[in-house]
Amino acid sequence: MADLSRPSDHFDSDQPVVQPRLGFVGYLRFFWRQLTSMRTALFLLLLLAIAAIPGSLVPQVSSDPNGVVQYKLEYPDLSKVLDFLQVFTTYSSVWFSAIYLLLFVSLIGCVIPRTKHHLVALLAKPPKTPARLERLAGFTSETSDADAATAVETARDVLRKQGYRVEQYGDSVSAERGYLRETGNLVFHTALIGVLVTVGIGGGFGYTGQKVVVEGKSFVNTLGGYDSFNPGRFFTEAALQPFSLHLDKFTAVYEDKNFNAYGQAIDYTASVTTALRGAAPEKQQIKVNSPLEIGGTQVYLLGNGYAPVLTIRDPDGNIVWSQPTPFLPQDAKLTSLGVIKIPDGLSEQLGMIGFLYPTTIPLQSGALASSHPDLLDPTVTLEVYTGDLGLDDGVARNAYNLDLTNLTQIAGRKAESPTIELGLGDRVDLPGGIGSIELTAIPRFASLDIHHDPSQVWVLVFAILVLGGLLTSLFIPRRRVWVKVVPVKGGGIRLEYAGLARGEDPNLAAAVTEIAQKHADQLSLRLKP
Amino acid sequence: MTETLVSYSLLAVYSAMAIYTFAFIMFTIDLARRSAPAPVALKAPPVAVGKGGTALLDRLTTDAPADAAPKGPRFLRVAMGLTVIAWLLHVSAAVLRGLAAGRVPWANMFEFTLTATAIIVGVFLAVQFWQDLRFLGAFIIGFALIALGIGTTNFYVDVVPLPPALQSYWLVIHVFVASLGTGFFAIGAAISITQLLQARREGGARSPKFLATLPTAEKLEVLAYRVIVVGFVFWTFTLIAGAIWAEHAWGRYWGWDTKEVWTFIIWVIFAGYIHARATRGWRGSRSAVLAIVGFCAVVFNFTIVNLFFKGLHAYSGL
Ligand code: HEM
Repeated sequence: MADLSRPSDHFDSDQPVVQPRLGFVGYLRFFWRQLTSMRTALFLLLLLAIAAIPGSLVPQVSSDPNGVVQYKLEYPDLSKVLDFLQVFTTYSSVWFSAIYLLLFVSLIGCVIPRTKHHLVALLAKPPKTPARLERLAGFTSETSDADAATAVETARDVLRKQGYRVEQYGDSVSAERGYLRETGNLVFHTALIGVLVTVGIGGGFGYTGQKVVVEGKSFVNTLGGYDSFNPGRFFTEAALQPFSLHLDKFTAVYEDKNFNAYGQAIDYTASVTTALRGAAPEKQQIKVNSPLEIGGTQVYLLGNGYAPVLTIRDPDGNIVWSQPTPFLPQDAKLTSLGVIKIPDGLSEQLGMIGFLYPTTIPLQSGALASSHPDLLDPTVTLEVYTGDLGLDDGVARNAYNLDLTNLTQIAGRKAESPTIELGLGDRVDLPGGIGSIELTAIPRFASLDIHHDPSQVWVLVFAILVLGGLLTSLFIPRRRVWVKVVPVKGGGIRLEYAGLARGEDPNLAAAVTEIAQKHADQLSLRLKP
Repeated sequence: MTETLVSYSLLAVYSAMAIYTFAFIMFTIDLARRSAPAPVALKAPPVAVGKGGTALLDRLTTDAPADAAPKGPRFLRVAMGLTVIAWLLHVSAAVLRGLAAGRVPWANMFEFTLTATAIIVGVFLAVQFWQDLRFLGAFIIGFALIALGIGTTNFYVDVVPLPPALQSYWLVIHVFVASLGTGFFAIGAAISITQLLQARREGGARSPKFLATLPTAEKLEVLAYRVIVVGFVFWTFTLIAGAIWAEHAWGRYWGWDTKEVWTFIIWVIFAGYIHARATRGWRGSRSAVLAIVGFCAVVFNFTIVNLFFKGLHAYSGL
């Protein structure tokens, strides 16, 4: 029963656990054997499952950076410990990486000898027929009038037709089938390595980047074109496919019949014109579940909102500023928050914090709110500050954050002049005669994720191999079957049938019985004429 | 129109729950009566222990159905009949809900509970054609009843259209296959629990008498394994399909989102289970515990993770 292709502590292998010979090499070998044992694999698998838990309890830098910031504010002391333990980056932490790398080393150490052994087994003949079959699975015994040679010949035919590899030993036939089971198992484990390698290394050649594009504006795929950009480890600028994308129109459809979901978004479509260098421009659409594919790069529609165009003029009426500013949506009704900084052109630096209410309703408190995400009755409110925007010291500033340290409010709750309220097309003077402001238009913006990952298809290929290997190895039985012809004293023969499972094989007994039946049928056919 | 369909759907769920309750009672009475001197001869199959050959072979040679009586006792038959009726109502409830919404009925937690429990009970009914596992009825129907109870009272939401992120055929495939996998894991866990009880009894502990009428711990283990590997294949597919969908909708195939993490954890636990069964010293009760832990993680993933963990899969509708 010993199955040499399996690790020594595989349940059906009978190898004794060998004591290590002392000495350095002996210890190394001992250690290697421990690492590649089934027990270690199991231990590491269970450890991996446990190690993955903390990352789901604590926000992760990779998937939820704002959550991490908030968490750290909320639990400053605990966060220090968690930070030290790399819990905010669990899945790239030293300890998590150590576990899965050990697991995969163990896996490689396990797969290689098994592959070698399996290749040998594939070429080998089925083993000799055991002396006694009675104790084996599905043992069946029948008598027959046929002669031994015919019986053996027929047995070979029956078994071969069922996909067995057969070998004759004297008056018996030894047959084996289901080599695909072990093949599947090896494909499965090897493909797992493939997935890890393609994800870990292949992913390094790609990049992801984000860009907010306002209707009527364009994006060009160069490093400078991105709002934020995350290159893989082996990224070079050559990986950036030269293409441009113009957002012609962004359409949002909201539910207006079903009262339970009134105003819920049911469709977003970004209509774009794209141009790959050297090719004619093309009109295309991007939707949430159907990214745009251009030059080996995918463009995903991940978010949208409004980008009000505010026009600011100096006291003489010269336009100082007129451009769309993306406002960040704050709720499902697209109440949005934006920050505008105007360092030059006016007598003082000007900063504004604005709210957009696409469909304005006054609350009882006098504050405004939005009751629908569509632009049915938009209002923009602005609190205006003058002073020093703090842009000159060269430190990078968050575009969505206004540093109030050196600013004075001139319109708003803390100033003499009230918060400025603008409907579409409204124009009002700024306090202190520094100029005027107008809400010129409210185009939409689309926030796009742009990805390039040349290894992605390989990950998929390996994932499919994982699934295929799994199916073959779990559902193809590997078994040996023997048919033996024993002469009976006083003439005639006795036929003996038995099988041996190699791995999980619940239908073995039935299969042996069926073979015995088929064999008997064939024999009687041959005997008839 | 939608309103009418929704109310018929609810009517069907409530009726199904009422009938499941009776079925549950019948299943329980059946278990209780099995403790009484068995009216039908229901002997556990003889197992030749020791005497050469390996345990594996002995098990395989005794792979006959444990329940010798073809139909089984009366209460069990009634329970199965009720279950079938309740299940048909349950399935109609899901179908009506789907018709009302004009899409698959598994886009929020209420709908997912409704449909997934129907699939679990469906898997329970279907496996009977393969093996007599009716003794799991009390467990499976009890589980479905609790889930439906919580689903209808705590998770209920009105029919609303799909948000753009869910408008994908992957919603149909990914979620359906995940539910199928859950069904097999549920049955695997039920068998594993029985196996643990049986192992205690075989170890000489005082145990409920009905256990004597059930297959041996060893045979239960094989049954559990065969059910769970099917679940595992479905789960592997769910994981891959989920990654493909995430790539379409969120622009990356894997991002360690909380739901992704838990789906991965569950997959690893069951990979551990399969390994445990092949590791010396882990066969038997230890691997059964892993199967049960795995199923608990599935339930945890659906309830606690959906409701209390932050992540991109915020589709509970609550
Ligand atoms: C990344 C880690 C691993 C995972 C996810 C994994 C998963 C699995 C799965 C799902 C199976 C059952 C399906 C099949 O036979 O193809 C399996 C079987 C098996 N694995 Fe692994 N495995 C891992 C690592 C290892 C390692 C390190 C070893 C060697 C020590 C190993 C040895 C085996 C053996 C011998 C079987 C056959 C079990 C049997 O006879 O039933 N695996 N593994």
